[in-house]
Amino acid sequence: MDDPIATPLPDSLASRRGLRDRFGDTSLRSISGLAAVGVIALITLIIYEVLDQARPSIRIFGISFIWHQTWNAVTNQYGALDFLVATLYVTGLAVLLAAPVAIAIGLYLSELAPGGVRGVVGSLVEMLAAIPSVVLGLWGILVLGPVVHNEFGPWLNDVLGWTPFFATRPISGSTMFTAVLVLTIMIVPITAAISRDLFLQVPPDIKEGAIGLGLTRWEMVRGVMLPYTRGGLISAVLLGAGRALGEAIAVTQVIGTTAHLTANLFETGDTLASRIAAQYQAAASNLQVASLFYLGVILLAISLIVNFAALLIVRRYDIAQRV
Amino acid sequence: MEASGVASISLKSTGRSRRRQRTNHVAQGASIFAAFLAIGVLALVVISVLLRGLKALNLDLFTKNQVTYGETGGGIANGLVGTAIMVAIATAIALPIGILAAVYVAEFGGNRVARVVKLALDVLNGVPSIVVGIFAYALLVVGSGYAAWKASVALAIVMLPLVARSTIEVLRLVPDALRYGSYALGISKWRTVLFVVMPSAIGSVMTGATLAVARAAGETAPLLFTTSIFLPNQIETDPHHAMAAVPLLILFDSESPDASLNNQAWAAAFVLMIFVLVLSLTARYILARRERKLRAR
Repeated sequence: MDDPIATPLPDSLASRRGLRDRFGDTSLRSISGLAAVGVIALITLIIYEVLDQARPSIRIFGISFIWHQTWNAVTNQYGALDFLVATLYVTGLAVLLAAPVAIAIGLYLSELAPGGVRGVVGSLVEMLAAIPSVVLGLWGILVLGPVVHNEFGPWLNDVLGWTPFFATRPISGSTMFTAVLVLTIMIVPITAAISRDLFLQVPPDIKEGAIGLGLTRWEMVRGVMLPYTRGGLISAVLLGAGRALGEAIAVTQVIGTTAHLTANLFETGDTLASRIAAQYQAAASNLQVASLFYLGVILLAISLIVNFAALLIVRRYDIAQRV
Repeated sequence: MEASGVASISLKSTGRSRRRQRTNHVAQGASIFAAFLAIGVLALVVISVLLRGLKALNLDLFTKNQVTYGETGGGIANGLVGTAIMVAIATAIALPIGILAAVYVAEFGGNRVARVVKLALDVLNGVPSIVVGIFAYALLVVGSGYAAWKASVALAIVMLPLVARSTIEVLRLVPDALRYGSYALGISKWRTVLFVVMPSAIGSVMTGATLAVARAAGETAPLLFTTSIFLPNQIETDPHHAMAAVPLLILFDSESPDASLNNQAWAAAFVLMIFVLVLSLTARYILARRERKLRAR
């Protein structure tokens, strides 16, 4: 490489220590290189292995698996449509709810909060990002579920029952609505912490310049900070979406794990991840197992696309690596 | 703006300025309101988990094993031991590989190679943990059955990108002057890396690893497919057998119709959460302080 060490040592020195050091250099380089190659091999192996296990299902159902709705273990007919739609629906709504709130927290923590509050609330937000999803799911099933069933459900149905989203009252606390709320709570801290870091990276010069021109604080945020951080914010939201897409446990706990192709949030649902988690142990046939792996392939593809999109945008920003 | 005649500008606020001020206040108010609402809800979640957990907490939880279905009482001792062992093995796998890969990227790899490995790490980090679970199942469990070490491998895959990425960041922060100083003394590259660069970075590397441990301790999905769902009711220390784990106990207890099991889930969640929160808060605190120090150098 281009390191100074590459320049040859004087002969006397080189002969005395050359052999051992050459050996040391080569070993460390190859051992660490092996680990690095191992990482690349691992990700390749994951993709290959999941595809390989899904092969029987891919061979029988082909690409039409994606838009077929049946999931029937008796007739051995499988399709992913219900789970795919529910995954995108529930994740999309959670992101829609979480993004503005998370960005508001980021703005508050970077611009508006007084110094002392900043540290305390800032670490509270980071702490929340570390909560295990199974704990959130526990809260979702035992605390949030009954509230959705008895309070939110009837109330939203009374007020907004004319929309397709709240057309019926929930028959239990396990609904897609509960899942949306749990996922929102899960991704707000992650997205908020990244947005705060992004806002803190805006150079003070251009902020002060904007204020100096007579802009109000809000105009400065809208005209300078948001455009400056736009790409970063989009990828922060995408990273949150990636987390929500692949979340299996918390969603399994609260969504009811029965698929319906409906916009009604008070029906039960089932996402790609939660179907895999819920049906794995009960899988009756090889084809069902392969079909669950096929769901895994779809899930992997979606989350890789989302994460790649986030990475491509994030390249240009030096976001602290936290997700 | 129209800054044509300086003399004609009045300093008194006109209707337009008042409107702008009003918009400013409304927007700031909305931002503060949203932030407080969200932080309030999040705090509510944590407090409600902690309170319920605290109420359900008792000594039996730590000393007794889980009981078979239908009996009352019992604890999560078998889960605590299982989680400790599985996470320890996972750390033993992920830590050396993660650190070595990071050393290669930061110290040896040219730009191209480094970028490819970093990309692989980012991709690996984006793989949903349930996919890691079914991958480990397909690779290790099919045909040979459940075992705790297989769960550790799955957890290690979750930890690996976290360890490697934080290590790369830390190594990048070690000032080049340190490396050049060492080279100038005629010290070879491998000695420089191992005895000059690593010692100044190792503290932050370990804190980064602590965050990964905190994450692994709470992971549930990779365990679902690698250590049995029929959790053994006694303490198991042989990694060749299936082990109980705290996150799995919480999952099954939370879905149980039995209220006393629900209570046990709250208590277990309390223990898990305190562990994870203390670990990650301390690590973040130390990391932030060290980074400030390294940057200042």
